[in-house]
Amino acid sequence: MHDMTVVDLSRWQFAVTVLYHFLFVPLTLGLSFLLAAMETVYVVNGKEIYKRITQFWGKLFLINFALGVATGLTMEFQFGTNWSFYSSFVGDIFGAPLAIEGLMAFFLEATFVGMMVFGWDRLKRGQHLAVTFMVALGSNLSALWILIANSFMQSPQGATFNPTTMRMELSSFAQLIFSHDAQAKFVHTSIAGYVTGAIFVAGISAWYLLKGRHVELARRSFRMAVLFGVLATAGVITLGDALGFVGGQEQPTKLAAMEGLWKSEPAPMPFNLIAFPDQKEQVNHDQLQVPGALSLLVTHSLDGTVPGVDQLEQQAAQRIRNGIPAVEALQTLSSQPGDAAALARFRAHEKDLGYGFLVQRYAPDVSKATGAQISKAARDSIPEVAPVFWSFRLMVAMGLSMLAFFVLAVIYSLRNDIERQRWFLKLAVWMMPVPFLACEVGWLVAELGRQPWTVYGVLPTWMSASTHDVGYMIFSLVGFVGLYTVFIIAEMYLMLRAIRKGPDQPHGDDDDLRDDAPRFNDSSKSGRMAGYAEV
Amino acid sequence: MEIYAVFQIIWWLLLGVLLSALAVMVGMDMGVGTILRYVGRTDLERRVALNIIGPHWEGNQVWFVLGGGAVFAAFPLIYATAFSGFYVVMLLLLWSMIMRPLGFEYRSKLPSVAWRNTWDWSLFISGLVPMVVFGAAFGNLFEGVPFHFSWNLTSTYTGSFLALFNPFAILCGLLSASLSVFMGSVTVMNGAEGAIYDRARILARTAPVLAIVLFAVGGFWVHGMQGYALTSSPGAGVAQTPLQQGVALTDGAWFTNFHTHSLLWLLPGLGFAGMLLGLLAAVARRSHLAWWLGALAWVGVIGTAGVALFPFLLPSSSVPAQSLTVWNSSSSRLTLTWMVGFAAVFVPLILWYTSWAFYVMRGKVKAEHVAADEHAY
Repeated sequence: MHDMTVVDLSRWQFAVTVLYHFLFVPLTLGLSFLLAAMETVYVVNGKEIYKRITQFWGKLFLINFALGVATGLTMEFQFGTNWSFYSSFVGDIFGAPLAIEGLMAFFLEATFVGMMVFGWDRLKRGQHLAVTFMVALGSNLSALWILIANSFMQSPQGATFNPTTMRMELSSFAQLIFSHDAQAKFVHTSIAGYVTGAIFVAGISAWYLLKGRHVELARRSFRMAVLFGVLATAGVITLGDALGFVGGQEQPTKLAAMEGLWKSEPAPMPFNLIAFPDQKEQVNHDQLQVPGALSLLVTHSLDGTVPGVDQLEQQAAQRIRNGIPAVEALQTLSSQPGDAAALARFRAHEKDLGYGFLVQRYAPDVSKATGAQISKAARDSIPEVAPVFWSFRLMVAMGLSMLAFFVLAVIYSLRNDIERQRWFLKLAVWMMPVPFLACEVGWLVAELGRQPWTVYGVLPTWMSASTHDVGYMIFSLVGFVGLYTVFIIAEMYLMLRAIRKGPDQPHGDDDDLRDDAPRFNDSSKSGRMAGYAEV
Repeated sequence: MEIYAVFQIIWWLLLGVLLSALAVMVGMDMGVGTILRYVGRTDLERRVALNIIGPHWEGNQVWFVLGGGAVFAAFPLIYATAFSGFYVVMLLLLWSMIMRPLGFEYRSKLPSVAWRNTWDWSLFISGLVPMVVFGAAFGNLFEGVPFHFSWNLTSTYTGSFLALFNPFAILCGLLSASLSVFMGSVTVMNGAEGAIYDRARILARTAPVLAIVLFAVGGFWVHGMQGYALTSSPGAGVAQTPLQQGVALTDGAWFTNFHTHSLLWLLPGLGFAGMLLGLLAAVARRSHLAWWLGALAWVGVIGTAGVALFPFLLPSSSVPAQSLTVWNSSSSRLTLTWMVGFAAVFVPLILWYTSWAFYVMRGKVKAEHVAADEHAY
């Protein structure tokens, strides 16, 4: 039987480690494509400054990349170490995209990142550019497969329960990979990475412009970043809307939590711009509403409605009652696999099996579940509204502010006016944490909103965890927090140091040099270890 | 034979291939990490050693990631049971492994001696600990691991953390570490010159001797051990859970497969031959040849362990009847089929571009280049 403290600690550990990992991933996704774009310019026009630009941002990319790789290992371990029932219950479906991610994406990314660093002198220009593109392609493909896996948790498709093996099994690979949630989420998340990369480059460039250092590099980097960024931000917002639209149909409880929608209402439904949700009383305090906006946002029509918490709880209670016989039948089938009566009973109720598991938390013997236990489990079917509600609003607000920022940045940059707008350059520096935060709260919306399920409607979170002692969990949590703290200090220190130091300038401060001035080719650097240092 | 059983066996073989690739490719980098402070006496020498694997360690490490992903996809019940059961060991493995990327990437970014020493030691730990754990995990498979399942296949591990480091497991851990040190030393020989080369060669002559002794002792040890045998089972290629079989423990049962199919003796033969000839090649300064022989030794050792255990993957010492086998822990036929397809396309592709990367970076690493380049590892 599961110890709920262990379940909670396992959730904390997963959240802490994944949020930490997700500080580095979006930057990798975005910066890898920016590097490819910068290097493309270098290969096309042959100006050395673009090589320096690529190499400088490449150096920062690697400091970030190392920690992304390191903390990604944790994620792969953790499904098995801490969510073992989850892993065996849906591993038949969930494991496949993870393995494919390794085969298709990680190898590409990791093999070519080595070539990217060490290959400058060993590869022809075009070859090196291709290598950089492979790194970008690899990191984006890895986002694709992990988000296909994640989408199975949000909107389980392409799988059915097999009572003989007592687990979910793949029934259609196509349905798994072409789920609407997966498509919208992949584009939304990877483009969010591009936004992160763009603000990172724009912010650091702005700092150089403020200080009057490396002006040529900073001006060019800034322009490329903001052009990339404005398109990306528009894309994130569009796809975020699409994701909300898909999610509204497939995860009604998440949507109700995001919108603080306690009571079902007739169309057109108002949108809660600001509200203070109260989970216990199931009401919002001090709400500020925009009439009709919710119908428009989530159904793309003024006549559309979505169910509120009241209606969803009733549905959940109904499904729990229907799921209880499924759990009972399954228990019989576990010891007598050939029992035809139990199988027939299971088939009749199997679509609500997950709901049967939901009440098993309170009634280990589900056949004795009381009305009170069923209501309690039905209440569990609604996620914590306040954190989902506020994370969502924060994410959207940050998204819109970044869009405004990029639009202005593009205007200033194209008017060659950016260096005079010192307030804007300062703002650009301060914008740097925003996309990282937006990504983090975006994760919170998606995953807190999915509760109480690990696989929506199929497998409750409380059952998914491994059966550990609390002591083990404390040991691992302390270990992770300790190690990760040391790592982030080292990373930030090296990152800030590399930024302060700026690009390599073996010829002295050459900001005054014209970019197209002829340069010496240092032939003594033909050895293997040239890394980034030549020019 | 059922087509499902064919796919189960293909995946069992693929698992062997992936674990061997992991042992060879990751093991060589970890070996370099383990011997770093011995082969490199000065900072520059250590940087030379690190830069030999510098362009490749990242790609090599993916074999490890893929190994985990493949077990998850093809044998989810093994992944779930082993990773949660070996909790503390898995965390030590993980924590030592996540120091590695930082060790490579951050070590030479600051001039401070204390900073570099710290990362050198972290590379030592992240080289040695995972390889010992890797071998020790195999050792525990032979002895069985105390776990059982509830009616809905929730697994519970009932052993202690320290029990995983019993004498036989430690022997297997040392075997794995010594093979990794051998591969690490010949890799350094491939890429270095002078004093570094000479020190690496000393290790390349010592490690295989140790490995040969440990492999032989391990064989005798397993012969005297109680092995597992299926007495009843729904059979290969039949959908089932681990709750439906009978298992008996008998002395020497881990040798049954070798007695039934005498051709299988070629596998331990390959292990011994690889180690012995690898040793001779290292003595003869044929380090590239020694590397390939070391890789064959790994294939022989892992193959030997795999066929000895077959069809078992994770025997349970507390409830032997609930032991996990190829037949009761694999994914469904559809998943296995898709995954065979993906592996058939991508593994050759990976081998192709990995070889290209090694080809591009061939040759010796010169100390003066490392010194001139503050951005090398």
